[in-house]
Amino acid sequence: MSMDYTEKVMENFTNPKNVGELEDANAVGQVGSPACGDIMKMMMKIDDDGVIEDVKFKTYGCGAAIATSSVATEMIKGKTVDEAKKLTNQQVIDELGGLPSVKIHCSVLAEEAIKAALDDWEEKKAAK
Amino acid sequence: MKRVYLDNAATTPVAPEVLDEMVPVLAEHFGNPSSIYAEGRDAHRLLEDAREKVAKAMNAEPSEVFFTGSGTEGDNWALRGVAHKNAKKGKHIITTAIEHHAILHTAKRLEKEGFDVTYLPVDDKGRVNPEDLKKALRDDTILVSVMSANNEVGTIEPIKELVEIVKEHNKDSKTKTLFHTDAVQAFGNIPIDVKDLGVDLLSVSGHKIYGPKGVGALYIKKGTPIENLMEGGAQEKKRRPATENVASIVGFGKAAEIASENLEEHAEHLTKLRDRLIKGVLTRIPDSELTGDPVNRLPGNASFIFDYIEGEGILLSLDMVGVAGSSGSACTSGSLDPSHVLLALGLPAGRAHGSLRLTLGRDTTEEDVDYVVDQLVPIIERLRAMSPLDKDHPIDQEVYDK
Ligand code: FES
Repeated sequence: MSMDYTEKVMENFTNPKNVGELEDANAVGQVGSPACGDIMKMMMKIDDDGVIEDVKFKTYGCGAAIATSSVATEMIKGKTVDEAKKLTNQQVIDELGGLPSVKIHCSVLAEEAIKAALDDWEEKKAAK
Repeated sequence: MKRVYLDNAATTPVAPEVLDEMVPVLAEHFGNPSSIYAEGRDAHRLLEDAREKVAKAMNAEPSEVFFTGSGTEGDNWALRGVAHKNAKKGKHIITTAIEHHAILHTAKRLEKEGFDVTYLPVDDKGRVNPEDLKKALRDDTILVSVMSANNEVGTIEPIKELVEIVKEHNKDSKTKTLFHTDAVQAFGNIPIDVKDLGVDLLSVSGHKIYGPKGVGALYIKKGTPIENLMEGGAQEKKRRPATENVASIVGFGKAAEIASENLEEHAEHLTKLRDRLIKGVLTRIPDSELTGDPVNRLPGNASFIFDYIEGEGILLSLDMVGVAGSSGSACTSGSLDPSHVLLALGLPAGRAHGSLRLTLGRDTTEEDVDYVVDQLVPIIERLRAMSPLDKDHPIDQEVYDK
C-alpha cells in the first residue's frame, strides 16, 4: 500500500525530535492502538509549577506514528500541563500538513499518550 | 540514486526482449483477432503464437490455455466457474488459510452464496499437511484450490502429493473433485508442468514473469466442467469474452518463453543471491528470523521478522536509501490487518508487525544484496532505538485496553 506522506511527515520520521528515554521523568504514559497494534510511550519531566520542562517519546509504530510523536512532543515542550491537555490530534495533523486517512488513528495515539502521561503526573501529585 | 528493486513478487519490470515484441503489435498489428480480413488474421496469428508459448511453458495443450486479464481473474474464474457449474453435485470447496486474496475473498463470497468452504491450516513453515487434505475431503467436495507457492513467505506447496490424494479420493467418490492451483508466484521460478502435477486448473499472470500487467491465463484441462465468468462474444472458444489484449498477450507469450527456456539458470541465480541475503541479514541483525520454509522455498524470496519494530518504518527507511521492499505489517496493509499468511504460520500479530519481504529478480546483483544488508543493519538499529519494546519490555497487552 503506498503512503502519501507530506515532506513534514518524512522529515519528522527521518529526524525525529525528542526521541529516547527520559531518565528523571516524573510522568509516564504508554498507550497502544487496538486498530493496528502500535504502541507509544511518553515520558515527561514536569516542574512544581506544572510546566513541562522536558519530554521524550518512544514509539513502536509506523512512520506516521513516529512523526506525530515527534511533532506532538515539540508542541507541548515548555507548555503548562493545562495547555498540553488541550492539544488535539487535529492540531498535530495540521502541523504535519495532513495525514493519509488510514493514518489518522496514529495521531490519536499521540494525543492519548500525552494525556496518559499527564494523568500519571496528576495521580502522583494527588497521592503526595 | 541507484534503485535496488527487491519487490519482484509484487511485480517485475518488463524485459526488454518482451517490450521489443510488444511495441510493433501496438504500432502496426492493430487488427481485431476475430475479424476475417488480413488485419484480423494477422492479429489472430500473433494471439495463437503466444498461446503456444504459454502452453509450452507449462506443458499444456494450446487449446487448454485461456487468456485472462490477470492472475486474479484466473483465480476468480476457477473458483466461481467450478462452483457454479457443479453446485448440483456438491457445495463443498477446500482451500488454504494462506491463499492470495483473489482466492480467499472469492471463497468468502461463495460461502455467502451457500457454499461450504474448508480452509486448511499450514504448519509454521507455511506448508499444507497432505493428511489434513485427506481428512477434509468429502463426498460433496467439488474443488480443491491450493497455491503452488506463497507470495509472502515463498513456501512451495506439495501440489503433486495433494493431487494424488484427490485422485485417490475420486476413485470411490460419486463427485469428481477438481484441483486448481494458483501458480502466479511459482510460474517462471520453479518448474510448472500441468501434466506432471495432474491439476485440472492452474492460473498464471504476465507481470510476475517480466511480462506486462493486465494479462494472465487460466489452464483448463480438456473436459473440466466450468462456467464462464463473463458474458459476451465468442472469443477464447466462447469461454472468455472480450476483444483480446493482443499486445499484452504477445508480451506474456514472450515472457513465458524466456522463463521456461532460462528456468534453471534463473532459479540458480536467484537462489544464490537469496541465500547470501538471508545469511547476511540473520548473522548481522540480532533478533531476526526467516519466515517460511528454508528448503521448500521460492528461489527469489527472502522474508524476515525483526522483533520490536514495525515494518512500515523499515520500508520508508529502505526507500530513502534506494531500496524497494514490502511488509505484511498491519500499518502497511491499508486495512490495518496484519498479514493473514504470517498469522496462519502461527506468528502473533505483534511479531507479524516487524515483517519484511525482499524478493529478488533477474536484474539483482551480488552488490545489490550486499548493499541492502549494509543499509538494513543501521535501519533496524535506529528503529529499535526508538521503540519502547525490547527483550526486557515485551508487548504488554494491557496497553491496548487503556
Ligand atoms: S500507529 Fe498504527 S498505522 Fe500508524
